[in-house]
Amino acid sequence: MTTTSISENRFKRFMRHVNIPPVYYFLVVIFLGGGILDQIFSDGQIFTNQAILLNIIVRSVALGIVAVGQTLVIVGASIDLSVAYTISITAVMSSYIMQGKTENVPLAILVVFGIGILIGLTNGLIITKLKINSFIATLGTSLIIKGIINATFSNYTGSVPKSFQFFGYSTIGPIPVAIIVLILVVFAGWFLLNRTKFGAHLYGVGGNVEVGRLSGLRTDRVVIGAHILCSMSAVLTGLFLVSRLQSGAPWVGPDGLYDLESIATSVVGGTALAGGKGGVWGTLAGVLIFGVLDTVFNQLGMNPYLKTVLRGAIIVLAVASYTYRSKKEAA
Amino acid sequence: MTEEQKQKDEKTANRVEPLLEVQGISKRFPGVVALDNVSLKFMPGEIHAVVGENGAGKSTLMKILAGAYIPDTGSILLKGERVTFSHPQQAQHKGITIIYQEFNLLPDRTVAYNIFLGREPSKLGIIDIRKMNKDAEDLLREIGVEKMISPTAMVSSLSVAEQQLVEIAKAISFNAKVLIMDEPTAALTYTEVKLLLDLVTKLKEKGMAVIFISHRLVEVFDFAEKITVLKDGQLVGTVCSKDVKPEDVVHMMVGRTLDHYFPPLGKPEDFGEVVLRVTNASNKTLKDISFELRKGEVLGIAGLQGSGRTEMAQAVFGVVPFTSGSVELRGKAMIMKNPATAIKNRIGFVTEDRKSEGILPKQPIRDNMLLTVRAIQFVFGPIFKNGIRKTKNLVPNLGKQVDVRTDSYDREVQYLSGGNQQKVVLAKWLASDADIFIFDEPTRGIDVEAKASIHDMIRDLTKKGIAVLMISSELPEIIGMSDRVLVMWDGHIEGELPAKSSEPEIMLMATGGKHIKEPQNVSAAGKE
Amino acid sequence: MTTTTLKQPSKILKILKAIWNGIRRIPAVYFIFFGIFIVLGLLSPTYQSTAGIMAFLRRTSPLAILAIGEMIVLSTGGYDLSIGSIVTMVVLGSSLLLNNDPTMMPTAIWTMLALGLLIGLVNGFVVSYLKIPSFIATLGMMLLVKGGALYWVGGAPRGYLTENWRAFGRGYFENVPLVDRFPYALAILLILALVTYFIYHRSNFGKQILAIGDNVRASQLSGVRVRLVRMIAFVISSLFAVIGGIMIGGFGGVNVTIGEGLEMQTIAACVVGGVLLGGGKGSVMNVVFGAFTMEAIFNLLNLLGLPKPYKDAVQGLIIIAAVAYVALSTRKKK
Repeated sequence: MTTTSISENRFKRFMRHVNIPPVYYFLVVIFLGGGILDQIFSDGQIFTNQAILLNIIVRSVALGIVAVGQTLVIVGASIDLSVAYTISITAVMSSYIMQGKTENVPLAILVVFGIGILIGLTNGLIITKLKINSFIATLGTSLIIKGIINATFSNYTGSVPKSFQFFGYSTIGPIPVAIIVLILVVFAGWFLLNRTKFGAHLYGVGGNVEVGRLSGLRTDRVVIGAHILCSMSAVLTGLFLVSRLQSGAPWVGPDGLYDLESIATSVVGGTALAGGKGGVWGTLAGVLIFGVLDTVFNQLGMNPYLKTVLRGAIIVLAVASYTYRSKKEAA
Repeated sequence: MTEEQKQKDEKTANRVEPLLEVQGISKRFPGVVALDNVSLKFMPGEIHAVVGENGAGKSTLMKILAGAYIPDTGSILLKGERVTFSHPQQAQHKGITIIYQEFNLLPDRTVAYNIFLGREPSKLGIIDIRKMNKDAEDLLREIGVEKMISPTAMVSSLSVAEQQLVEIAKAISFNAKVLIMDEPTAALTYTEVKLLLDLVTKLKEKGMAVIFISHRLVEVFDFAEKITVLKDGQLVGTVCSKDVKPEDVVHMMVGRTLDHYFPPLGKPEDFGEVVLRVTNASNKTLKDISFELRKGEVLGIAGLQGSGRTEMAQAVFGVVPFTSGSVELRGKAMIMKNPATAIKNRIGFVTEDRKSEGILPKQPIRDNMLLTVRAIQFVFGPIFKNGIRKTKNLVPNLGKQVDVRTDSYDREVQYLSGGNQQKVVLAKWLASDADIFIFDEPTRGIDVEAKASIHDMIRDLTKKGIAVLMISSELPEIIGMSDRVLVMWDGHIEGELPAKSSEPEIMLMATGGKHIKEPQNVSAAGKE
Repeated sequence: MTTTTLKQPSKILKILKAIWNGIRRIPAVYFIFFGIFIVLGLLSPTYQSTAGIMAFLRRTSPLAILAIGEMIVLSTGGYDLSIGSIVTMVVLGSSLLLNNDPTMMPTAIWTMLALGLLIGLVNGFVVSYLKIPSFIATLGMMLLVKGGALYWVGGAPRGYLTENWRAFGRGYFENVPLVDRFPYALAILLILALVTYFIYHRSNFGKQILAIGDNVRASQLSGVRVRLVRMIAFVISSLFAVIGGIMIGGFGGVNVTIGEGLEMQTIAACVVGGVLLGGGKGSVMNVVFGAFTMEAIFNLLNLLGLPKPYKDAVQGLIIIAAVAYVALSTRKKK
């Protein structure tokens, strides 16, 4: 391999640096396939109706924001199963505090982010200090959060003032605010992973924690940091959902399968569960794939349970497209 | 020599202070004394080898120097000043860097990220990638490999030798004054070893002290000016390499003269009928392989890295089968499609990397030894307390046969030394009743005494009529053990040489000397 | 401090030391379980009676069976996340098939077992041949089975479970010497546990399972038919999930969320029972007691009168605590 100097062909260098994750090809295939099915079986509006296209993306925003957080955690060779209930508790608490009044919004936001940081910190500490497997640890905390939610709330609680609903509904020009937020979050995730010391250390710890330790990385802090960021992304998703639903309910998180789907979209997007490789742009593609599928299924008027079936099958197929070629045995 | 000149010489000699010195170092682990009152001096501008059997204390000593262990007693002096380390990082900052045998690199990150892990050039937490890449390039230039390795290359795409160079670049970036290397040449080919020697010589000329552990005495003598021998945690002595012979060093290491490094080769009457005949066989990486293997002989396979030796072993064993040509096993035409078939046909494969391919670390010795037998018998083999139903004594017998040193066969294999682990692997294949054995680097990373033990065992196998195919990068081993030598190059068999051929003869074939084209990255070193 | 003659203390000390070493080697799960069970007994007389204990064991047997099946997959280094959905499928599907007709019982059972076999085979295929990590593969399968089951019954419980089908989970052997009533469920558990014990600890197959979880490459090169062994592992897990499902449906009610979260509980039971997530180590008896421990914890919370939400929270805390304890004690032994 030769080293490059600045005067070399700029385009070539750019193309080499911009690694298009293979999952984007899959996304294109799904999109086109969906479009074709739509033409045949439905009113063929998918490509032409701007509202529908926008809908795909807006549906993806909720999952997308929390998936970025999950990607961070997975890169660090950890996992966060508590995001679903974090989303729920955010939805309920924020809605409860707001009580439909705009002046309560800042307080509500402060409180839920505080809760999110606490959850992330707790997860991180249990995993790093008590040395418990992240699967079990975040499973445990998710149950604790579930208990707390169900002990205090049983149904829709409080309400969201119209002023806050801008998050979920309004647009800046033709583009929904929600999409702008998603892009910002993805970009922030990318920046964090690829341009900061934190990101470099996260890849290090996730790739080989011993190497990280010997290089003097504060391995515990990095993992805790990733978990805090993940919980915060879950909080943001919760705020988005509640601004759309106008009120928060305890089942919002688990119903949307945000825990498993944020993991699935990360893996589909190329982030390995073992840690140390992958990134957020792939996750975004994974999320979009799910969004396209949802919309296509809706257009085709498919039974919601069949949707679940196909979702499961697609996850497997998408990941298979990377892995079947690999020589390594999976576990 | 006049009195004045003598005094001048003495003065100069005394003026050269040791760069690194240890005094009275002892270290104890539960149940074993690893180091006992060891005192040593390491001089700047000198390459110093530390040798000894497994368990002699070399690794422990290196880890203490590098700050990974804290000694129980004794002191470390760097440039005359006493230092204590409680973390390898501290040692690194003071200029002592260690490169482990298994490397401390992240395969999915680039070279630059690996070198600067933890100290990325940054402002406010944001990395200056351009600067990092440039600094990495400068470091690579300092050791002369900037044309071979790019700072943006993914470490997983580099060869073992290239990864080692990245580790060295990393060490230099810490302004290492003392470079410690653990078995640096174990995974390198002949040419790569020569390149490493050049590099290390350059480093020592800059005033660095280079310390390395090795089991390969030929390289120890090639590289090092001073050789220190440890035995059972104690210092036996330090000698100048030019003053002694390898036999003397071995004597110091084991306390007896091993004058036969290798058991005697076979005689023509020992060799029986052809058990394996490969004719014009090829697959994706191998071209036109033809050879015969007879009962009772050791067929050595020599060649540089990438020449296809392991691929050939894998093809014979069915891991990556031949796709064309013919293979005759004991007279029957048969191409192995998978390892299970090969094992059923009584072929055994002792692989190159026992850690990742040979042992089940968390399982007891017993279960490791019985793995192949169980795999072939599948479900229909109930077992009782001591292992397989067949004979209660199977495991202890195997253990005795291969001379495994352990107090219990229920011990998890991961806690054994490298030599003992290799013996367990050998036992596994003996249990499967193989009569064709393929060895890929049988004694890599193993101490002298266990090495000799394994060589004896290989020869014993042939005396029982077993046919052995032995791949090795250690030319002395090839020359010492092979009744015939096949030399591979570029995916095919370049030629065959008789027993007792010389190193230059083998190397000439292995580097494709007959061909005019020079293989890349092998510059001056290829002209042997 | 009392003074004693020199001879005696050393002997007593030696014996005490030996006992202490023996105790230290007992896996943590037994201490946890019996600790909690004793508390249960103190709090409620039901747990002191044989009837109460039998009832407890009847309730716990399904989870224990699920845990044994999951342990086999965990030992290969993989995960089976589809077992919860399988239970849902079994309960909803059987209800539909039976439709209160006792003659349909064999059909219902065979159908479910056949489905379980199919699911296990597909899981095994996807992991072994498509090389997809089992976490993702069985996650996909979980969605597939859940969606499929709900689609099949049209989203709400239909039909009715017959008494003869429910007997497996509910029924008792009567007039048994010593304990009077012995649950069928417990008998099934004991049989399955015994069979699995032989397969896992005392057969070549079991050792190959551990080998794959420990070092799959070395296993391959030693002739282990990795793909086949793994497939069988997943099939066992699915079939055990079907059997467990039949028993759960037996004394529970029919509802669409019946299998929710079961896979997590099962994995937690296995971890408490000392299984290494990542493979290579496991024990049938320990995971059975791991399941017992989980159930004992639930019962304790019930007994303490905690409303359901608190139960979840405390369950989470206890899982974390139990796992931490197990992890610490295994580390100490090293």
